[in-house]
Amino acid sequence: MRQEWKWEEDGYEVIRSCAWSAPGDHPVGCGIKLYVKDGKLEKVEGDEEHPITQGRLCPRCLALKEYVYHPDRIIYPMKRDPKDRGNNDKWERITWDEAWETIFEKIRYFTDKYGPETIMEFTGTGRLACMYNNLLAYEAIGTPNCCYAYSGVSCWGPRNSVCAYVLGAGYPEIDYAFKYEDRYDHPGWPLPEYVVIWGKAPLESNADGLFGHSVVDMMKRGTKLISVDPRVNWLASRAEFHLQLRPGTDAAMALGWLNVIIEEDLYDHEFVDAWTYGFEQLAERVKEYPVEKVADITWVPAEKIRAAARAFAKAPAASIAWGVSADQNPNAPQISHAILALMAITNRIDAPGGNVLGGPPPLNPTGRDGETAMFSQVGEVMPPEIWQKRLAANDLPGYQEIQNYIQPDYTLEYLEREEPYKMRMGWIQSSNFLSPTCSAQPERWHDAVMKFDFNVGTDTFMNPTIQALADMFLPIGTFAEINDFAITHYGMCATFYGSINKAIDVGETVSDLEIALKIGNELHPELFPWDTPEAYFDAKLKNPAVKDQITFADLQNKGVLLPTNEYYKYKSGQIRGDGKPGFNTPTGRIELYSLLFQKFGEDPLPYYIEPEYSAVANPEIASKYPLILTTGARTFVSFHSEHRQIKTLREVVPDPLLEMHPDTAKEYGVTDGAWVYIENQWGKAKQRVKVTEGIMPGVVHAMHGWWFPEEEPSAPHLYGVWKSNVNNMIPSKHMGKLGFGSPFRSAQVTLYLATD
Amino acid sequence: MSLKGYGLLIDYEFCSGCHSCEVACKNERNIPLGKWGIKVETIGPWKAEGDRYEFNHIPCPTSLCNLCEERIAKGKKPSCVHHCLCQVMDYGPIDELAKKAAEKGSKVVMFLP
Ligand code: SF4
Ligand code: SF4
Ligand code: SF4
Repeated sequence: MRQEWKWEEDGYEVIRSCAWSAPGDHPVGCGIKLYVKDGKLEKVEGDEEHPITQGRLCPRCLALKEYVYHPDRIIYPMKRDPKDRGNNDKWERITWDEAWETIFEKIRYFTDKYGPETIMEFTGTGRLACMYNNLLAYEAIGTPNCCYAYSGVSCWGPRNSVCAYVLGAGYPEIDYAFKYEDRYDHPGWPLPEYVVIWGKAPLESNADGLFGHSVVDMMKRGTKLISVDPRVNWLASRAEFHLQLRPGTDAAMALGWLNVIIEEDLYDHEFVDAWTYGFEQLAERVKEYPVEKVADITWVPAEKIRAAARAFAKAPAASIAWGVSADQNPNAPQISHAILALMAITNRIDAPGGNVLGGPPPLNPTGRDGETAMFSQVGEVMPPEIWQKRLAANDLPGYQEIQNYIQPDYTLEYLEREEPYKMRMGWIQSSNFLSPTCSAQPERWHDAVMKFDFNVGTDTFMNPTIQALADMFLPIGTFAEINDFAITHYGMCATFYGSINKAIDVGETVSDLEIALKIGNELHPELFPWDTPEAYFDAKLKNPAVKDQITFADLQNKGVLLPTNEYYKYKSGQIRGDGKPGFNTPTGRIELYSLLFQKFGEDPLPYYIEPEYSAVANPEIASKYPLILTTGARTFVSFHSEHRQIKTLREVVPDPLLEMHPDTAKEYGVTDGAWVYIENQWGKAKQRVKVTEGIMPGVVHAMHGWWFPEEEPSAPHLYGVWKSNVNNMIPSKHMGKLGFGSPFRSAQVTLYLATD
Repeated sequence: MSLKGYGLLIDYEFCSGCHSCEVACKNERNIPLGKWGIKVETIGPWKAEGDRYEFNHIPCPTSLCNLCEERIAKGKKPSCVHHCLCQVMDYGPIDELAKKAAEKGSKVVMFLP
């Protein structure tokens, strides 16, 4: 790569950067060149020198200019009287000085009068908010309440937590030769024979920083796919095996694979003996899941299950990319446990061409810097008596040991009851939890947060959540407007990191980190020795716990840092904090039988639970609501509820679509393009029919994240946020024993033509 | 410089339908909403034979495509080719593209817009 980040070309100033936030998406950090003239962003181009993305960009970054200069963008701070919440006409522009003065005064007032715990931080996903929400909440504001309002923290939370419990390491990402500049051509790098894509759509989602199209790179070189997905997405259509399973039955499927691999002796004995704990018990357990039974549960023919499991186990190199559908299920911990067991007993963990563990990252927002696992460390930075006051602190001990975020489903109930204290102030950081992005039963969240005395929202555009609930709006810069840092997997498996380089100024926007530093410097100077983002990055990037120390300025010039990361780190003592070989679990081994699950009252072995309202579990409900509803698949042109006002992108997917099989459409008398309601015992949503053979009869997929920026902003309409809101139909607190998981992927609904 | 005799080759076996070519082209050629210099058309998914599904995306250049003559003059690749997430687009003289198409053997299309 070029060793500079700024140059002249064709009369433009070119600023090279790693794209990330805002807009959202995950920290993929795609290489981008921003072409600037007279202080204005004129065009963007993919950076062909970036070792991972090689010049490629997805439509969202290609539409960056439209996003940056969109007339609806809010680029100055605003305030509104709390009595006018929901009224778009009452916003009034203010100066940053006034904004800061009010914020400091409010935080001090609520802290002194009621305690810091009466302030609550809400974080959104996929933006830089994820890197700095902990810093903002626990250190700058000083509250123990940081909330990701996702029922069962069902996005990566369960997967990462299970990794911490049973693997004692961060999220194991598929190996797409990201360690090497010469990538797939690197001598000795083994191309995986199979990649399993399990409940994941990596091309559209680039989840957590995985550059999704690397799967296509590998397919072109000969990698074969095994797809486990209820939908025929494009990858599934090209898979050698597509296991089109009934939504919500993933745990049974994984147990079925384990059954095949263990019964047929296809596992790696040496690895199992040396590095796992509880194999005998697991082998006993999987006997309860013979393939014929699993075929009945999942609707996938037994022979197909066997063939896929064998192909995966026998491949010299293979990996599993498992996605958010493993989280959005009350069975979540067991799904991830079983999938990790599959990787472990076939010796894929940290093996070349398998599932690679990250090296120690310079910055781990939800754990300790220099460690990849997600263990709650807040008790170390904040006074224990305050940490103990967080909502739900005494519920769900298993959850508390791992997660910094307060448990959202319990939190909602505490907020509704105003127990054990009344919440006074909310801080909504790049979150739009009322749109069907994350919160189950969003109207309950609306009503609960409406009771707070004072709410601040920070974002690039007005969103329905901030419109409904906030009294102050602080404008956030896009990645073209800030200096920051893109680290894939938020540090939990940092395949690379790179700098985000400021190219332009737009109005008075600031970064999430600048906000946290400003508040921290004022209210907790003892915790904030840094007063600029650059000083903060230097402190982190020079972290002695990591091998590749660098300053921010050097990182800018370098462009992308591929951190030193050897395979088989567990053999050489690079996973555990104490430097001993093995994994960071109670036994030092990968726990197929989890002592921590056991300690927290959960079954130590994986098991299957039937979706609560399925025809099997609850025939009465299912006869009223016969269709299985799944939701959450992404498209290429939006990030959850984001980008709805970007016309170039909206033109590709203009409406919320409900996918159904032609047989289902016929049965319900609806045709392609018709507006229909789906409805169940909790609510309804209006979406537009898309008839496709790409989904099984009897199953419908509804898009999430829909609101309509072109419609009436003020309450009660709120840009139509309730109209097509699929999460109206998802109940809160229907989770697993440990407090993880939710039924987003396996609800039951009925369907009828919309007449309004 | 005349781009007669040049074309676009697309390996649609591996086109994921990501729409990057569409937006890259709109940026380059300043094409308004509702019009395209290249547009992705989709066939499927529907069951073809046995277990296999037909599901292909095929980006079709329109008469607004000028093969990025300005970029070519500067020694760059066409914008769609440069940004294509699957790296399935190629630009070049027809005979070279035809050779590549023959090497690929199937599921490949050449456009001379
Ligand atoms: S994956 Fe993210 S960073 Fe990369 S091009 Fe798309 S939106 Fe931009
Ligand atoms: S070659 Fe240029 S003009 Fe033609 S479709 Fe591609 S981007 Fe558009
Ligand atoms: S950019 Fe490439 S992969 Fe994406 S739709 Fe166009 S041709 Fe297909």
